Amino acid sequence: MSPLNNETVQKAFGVIRDEAKRRRDAFREEPVPKIQIGMATCGIASGALETKNAFEEVLAERKIKAHIRTVGCIGHCYAEPVVIMDHPESGFPPIFYHNVTPGKAKMLAKSFLEDGDPLFEHVLGAMEENDLVPQVLDFPRFNQEKRVVLEKCGCVDPEDIYEYIADGGYETLAKTLQLAPNEIIEEVQESGLRGRGGAGFPTGRKWDLARNADGQHKTVICNADEGDPGAYMDRTLLESNPHQVLEGMAICAYAVGAQKAIVYVRAEYPLAVKIVTKAIGQARELGLLGEGVLGSSFDLEIDVFQGSGAFVCGEETALIQSIEGNRGMPRHRPPYPVQQGLGGQPTVINNVKTLASIPPIIEHGATWFRAIGTEESPGTAIFSVVGNVVHAGLVEIPMGVTLRTLIFDICGGVPNKKKFKAVQIGGPSGGCLPEEFLDTPIDFDSLIQAGAMMGSGGMVVMDEDTCMVDVSRYFLDFTQKESCGKCTFCRIGTHHLLNTLERITKGEGRDGDLDQLETLSEDIKNGSLCGLGKTAPNPVLTSLRYFRDEYEAHVKERRCPARMCRTLTAFYIDLDKCARGCDACVGSCPVEAIFTTKNRKKGVDQSLCVKCGECMVACPAEYDAVMKVSPPDLAPVVD
Amino acid sequence: MIQENSLEEEKLILDDIASRLKAFGREREELIPILQMIQERHAYIAEDAIKMAAEYLGIAICEVYGVATFYNQFRFHPPGKNHIKVCLGTACHVRGGDIILENFERKLEIRDGETTPDREFSIERVACVGCCALAPVSVVNETVQGHMAPSKVEGLILGFKIEKEKAEREKKKSEPAQ
Repeated sequence: MSPLNNETVQKAFGVIRDEAKRRRDAFREEPVPKIQIGMATCGIASGALETKNAFEEVLAERKIKAHIRTVGCIGHCYAEPVVIMDHPESGFPPIFYHNVTPGKAKMLAKSFLEDGDPLFEHVLGAMEENDLVPQVLDFPRFNQEKRVVLEKCGCVDPEDIYEYIADGGYETLAKTLQLAPNEIIEEVQESGLRGRGGAGFPTGRKWDLARNADGQHKTVICNADEGDPGAYMDRTLLESNPHQVLEGMAICAYAVGAQKAIVYVRAEYPLAVKIVTKAIGQARELGLLGEGVLGSSFDLEIDVFQGSGAFVCGEETALIQSIEGNRGMPRHRPPYPVQQGLGGQPTVINNVKTLASIPPIIEHGATWFRAIGTEESPGTAIFSVVGNVVHAGLVEIPMGVTLRTLIFDICGGVPNKKKFKAVQIGGPSGGCLPEEFLDTPIDFDSLIQAGAMMGSGGMVVMDEDTCMVDVSRYFLDFTQKESCGKCTFCRIGTHHLLNTLERITKGEGRDGDLDQLETLSEDIKNGSLCGLGKTAPNPVLTSLRYFRDEYEAHVKERRCPARMCRTLTAFYIDLDKCARGCDACVGSCPVEAIFTTKNRKKGVDQSLCVKCGECMVACPAEYDAVMKVSPPDLAPVVD
Repeated sequence: MIQENSLEEEKLILDDIASRLKAFGREREELIPILQMIQERHAYIAEDAIKMAAEYLGIAICEVYGVATFYNQFRFHPPGKNHIKVCLGTACHVRGGDIILENFERKLEIRDGETTPDREFSIERVACVGCCALAPVSVVNETVQGHMAPSKVEGLILGFKIEKEKAEREKKKSEPAQ
């Protein structure tokens, strides 16, 4: 690239950056308090919209001057809606508040903004070091994270491109355009970045293959078809900081020589679609996309394609089929998409997180990236830790951290004094790991060795009340429905696996069922073309390996040790504990299965009971009289 | 029993689709965006709409039908006024999502994928809406409801019913005044 071109790029970007910085400084220097509210899907689901309205109302009502700023998700879903209030005049640092309901919002505005009292009982922590309020960074949930990909999520307004630029965004794209494409690819190869979609293929190699493939119309596709039930980091990333992903895509397109790029987003993520579409528009307006990016000779158009809800479309060949307007059925590889993909042309398909890792890598260099994580899996991993865990949410940690640190130290362990039982990693393709494996370091290879896999990063923590057989049945139910039907073993095999598991959870298991599950699982793995079929039996195989006794209890004793399978459990009321005068359980029952006898004994009509567990929740803690037993015939009969 | 739209309604829908189809190209790649447009406008894809799409793109009806039925997103019956999506993702399952679904089914006396005869409610099960930290989750008319419980199901449905009654009462009140 000619030196003249470098100058043009630098000059063009300089103008944009200066404008961004000017806007930010003007905002910062304005002497009014600032209220920052997290407004991604999960925040909105927890009521962030109502909280925002409450702030607006109270500010207008009491004539308080303050700026309300909406940002994306910071990943602390357990604390949503989160609000950061910055009121420099009060002498306090910016303060992080959690679970801010509309009522709390009004209270905070009044006491903090008007009277300068930050209401310590609602504070989670301060955002910077100070002498008055403990810092959030003192908590393990904050300080053990290493944010590379999610760094700017929750800090910038996703709907304002200037905020991202003022924070150093698109600087790397400008730098990239002044380098030769092969230099970029070398840097990415050097960094050892592996695809974050689950399989862990070296990204640099993929790009190199695509660059060297023949074709005039190469395409870059950002795979945001996050279908794995239990993972939502791609959505968060697109909703909270779409520009980092777009910047990564632009760098990738420049490196491999593509002029077209597509963001393939799941239809279930309407907010992500809206925000990404807006972000593309803004980037195009500033000349960061479109014809002659930043005055250089590099052109790039990015479009959004909405998936239509098929799990298998996360597989790259199926994804291409669906963009081409066909049913999303995977085809045989090779040829790989990097050789022949969309429209027969070389196509690079990378996960959202992979592409979002690119700008930091190019900015800080491969050596910096390699210093994070392990030798074989450098960098960070993002997990959505959910299920029976205290501090659920998104966590970004360096690779190599153990499961125990992640679940117990960072996420606070299992709530309600329950015992930890297993952790399911990698969604329907992954496996369940029991307690013995808690010291396994998290990286691509160690997890596969243990029988799970990184997958898309869904991590569901299960406590002692979770039945492993039922969880396997659940995953099989999912994969069986999502199987595209192309390979016989996947189509019919999963159906049979599911049938067997359903029988077992209903207490109709037979001798030999467990062996049959194992052999059938192996057959499905061998007889399927794509990742879906090859990994669908994993939940069954790992749970059979580590929790065989539970399966045996179901088959031989017709008993569910976790008391979760509904056909195998029954509720009853312990008359020794029951207060008899209170009717909480009777009122809570949605099917009127609980009755009271003449001498005020309470009984459960088992033929009516749907085992929803509402009575157990309703029974006051001081009595705790509702009992759950398995097998069901242990429940005493009241008459 | 799912009630279908009346003929008049159907005609209006088809006219609308015909006018909007012009904005699309005639390549095969446009098929899924076209189907998505139809569903976004009318909440479901009628049989005649499939025929129109096939004709427009110059492909067989069965091709369009094959694609439309492959993807979970597309519906072929009109949904209820209040559409309820019950999340059955892993986190929701572990926290009792199926119990929530069952409660909706029992309360509304329909199964998932069906619409109540008065076309007020419909239920759909979805794989994951990505709000796992709030499990179990349901999406009622685009509003995500976190931490669902059987009692919350009753409350939600009751809320809609009360609102409907209120609207009807007000309508009655205003009618004699006219």
